[in-house]
Amino acid sequence: MMWALVLLPLLGAALSWLVPDNRRRVWVLPVFSLAHLAVSAALLVHTPPPSPAGWIWLDPLGKLVLMANSVLFTICSLYAVGYLSYRLKRPNRVLCASLLVCLSATSLVVISQHLGLLWIALEATTLTMAPLIYFNHNARSIEATWKYLLICSVGIAIALLGLFFLAYSTIVAQQEVSLLLPALIRDAAALHPGWRHAAFIFLLVGFGSKMGLAPLHTWKPDAYGEAPGLVGALLAGGLVNCALLALLRVYQVAAASTEGPLFQQVLLTMGLVSMAFAAVFMARQSDFKRMLAYSSVEHVGIIAVALGLGKGALFAGLLHMINNSLTKGVLFLSCGNIHRAYNSKSTQFVRGALRRTPWSAALFLAAFLAITGSPPFAPFVSEFLIVSSAFGQGNHWTGGLFLLFLALIFIGMASTVLPVVLGEVPPDLERTRYRDAVPTVLPPLALMGLVLVLGLWIPTPLQELLHEAARLLGGEA
Amino acid sequence: MNSLADQLLVLCLLINFAVLGTSRLAFSVRCVAVQGVLLGTLPALVHPFSWHVSFIVVSIILVKGGLIPVLIIRAIKKAEIEREFSPFIGYIPSLVLGALFTSLAFIFAARLPLAPEHEGLLIVPAAAATLMSGFLVLMGRRKAISQVLGYLLMENGIFLFGLLLADAMPVMVEAGALLDLLVGIFVMGIVINHISREFSSIDTSRLSALRED
Repeated sequence: MMWALVLLPLLGAALSWLVPDNRRRVWVLPVFSLAHLAVSAALLVHTPPPSPAGWIWLDPLGKLVLMANSVLFTICSLYAVGYLSYRLKRPNRVLCASLLVCLSATSLVVISQHLGLLWIALEATTLTMAPLIYFNHNARSIEATWKYLLICSVGIAIALLGLFFLAYSTIVAQQEVSLLLPALIRDAAALHPGWRHAAFIFLLVGFGSKMGLAPLHTWKPDAYGEAPGLVGALLAGGLVNCALLALLRVYQVAAASTEGPLFQQVLLTMGLVSMAFAAVFMARQSDFKRMLAYSSVEHVGIIAVALGLGKGALFAGLLHMINNSLTKGVLFLSCGNIHRAYNSKSTQFVRGALRRTPWSAALFLAAFLAITGSPPFAPFVSEFLIVSSAFGQGNHWTGGLFLLFLALIFIGMASTVLPVVLGEVPPDLERTRYRDAVPTVLPPLALMGLVLVLGLWIPTPLQELLHEAARLLGGEA
Repeated sequence: MNSLADQLLVLCLLINFAVLGTSRLAFSVRCVAVQGVLLGTLPALVHPFSWHVSFIVVSIILVKGGLIPVLIIRAIKKAEIEREFSPFIGYIPSLVLGALFTSLAFIFAARLPLAPEHEGLLIVPAAAATLMSGFLVLMGRRKAISQVLGYLLMENGIFLFGLLLADAMPVMVEAGALLDLLVGIFVMGIVINHISREFSSIDTSRLSALRED
């Protein structure tokens, strides 16, 4: 059953490779992603015990990521049907196959309890994303792809070195060598401190660059800006979660050793630095897709701050992970629609989108309000919990800076989003084919509905799951 | 037995300098390939025979010594390029920095708390030096292919360190890591090909349309 999560999308990828026709091939995506969603739901309800060797298991942290990724991927694949029908001239064989392989790799990240296996799966997600970012086949997208490939490959190689250090620290400490998570957590306190310390730093840098924490985020604006909206949504809402999960595994080991507080301190600093970077670069951003990339840097920063604060903030941080991926989905999909309707993503030309694409523009505006933490949407709840936890712990500096950056980011983002949505339509606009239609509006609309519902009411099972996951990270919640 | 391993490691270190000091891309590829083969034979010398170790040996030699060089050489041929021109860090400074990093690696490794069975081996300093040389090539060169070579050198350094763990790492993980590396190089090769078509050059300093102003 567990392997179905990995094998099902792979089967879909093979199938989509074999379908010769551009128009029909697209339908493979929703079929297999819906099947994947069904399997995920079944596994969330009836979780099988760990595999005999202990490599494969779906723990509460994995469940959260699986839930977020599977929902987001399903929405994106439904959207893909509408989106790709506008782009039939461009071959989509590589796109469809890569998307499904990527889904398979992200599922493997979620269920692996062996850090080596997790690393392999994470590297696989990096590689499958490269052809997706390059979908538009132009000079700008190739530049973005190259930067992305190089920075992420080097980052993830550094993470491998960190894993080797972690394994070596077990050898030096004369423990049984293993990269299995339960064994590492059990022996964490007994590992050789020097090597363990180095391992944590390397892992943080490696997974941090994959996640896009400042100052390791430089690939993000390019990749997010040049990739199609649909791919951007998966990068910002799905892959970020996988890298975060890898980091959470390291966090689990760190929390079980004496290094916990130091690791948290570093995460807190990196989180605040990420938010500061986002606040600076978001202002006067004339490309609204790049702006979303900085918003993604901001939100991984917020999650890092929550992890750094620990205790009660862990619950909020995990909730924010889900909220962020759902809201990012709406943002990228709706801004992809606007991009198509204007054939530009520069705020110089894109104005008054509410007239040209009323639904997408409204969704973009609503998602902007949601992501910047306005009630009644879900990110408000998690951000509020993080701030209140910071002040509750007496960490006034963190809480204060957090609020300051949020305010700056709100202003910066508003100064880009509001003219795009509300302004006057420029008179001499290029004519384009795209106008709002059900297949490209309904998926983000459904996602926006979810964001709203989660902001008003968190179902009890989800709440329990979040508490269980926070407990795995050493939270008292 | 171990003296032979040490000699091979010294050879690995020398290869780093060969790559740092040359502008000829095909030569660099061959150097990195030879280093990969040396790397592949090392587990057989350091560890007693087992199926696990022989699998690692064969697959490393096959991938690092065979498939990856073929992929890169093909990319070089397609891009019709032979040399690296005006790198960001010149060849002489690269060599000097390489020597500096290598000596630092030795000093650093002597202070590291190693497991008793690994004391006195050259593996750790060689790994650190190779890793740093890889970084130098990655940062200091303009051509996309040179950057890939830098990445490979870095990976070689990491694999060298992994030798200390060869009997601790499950085969699946090793094989998976190698497969990822192979696919990574394959994808990079394709991207390089597209860069050269789009820009009629694989000079990555031309990739500057996306700079933040």
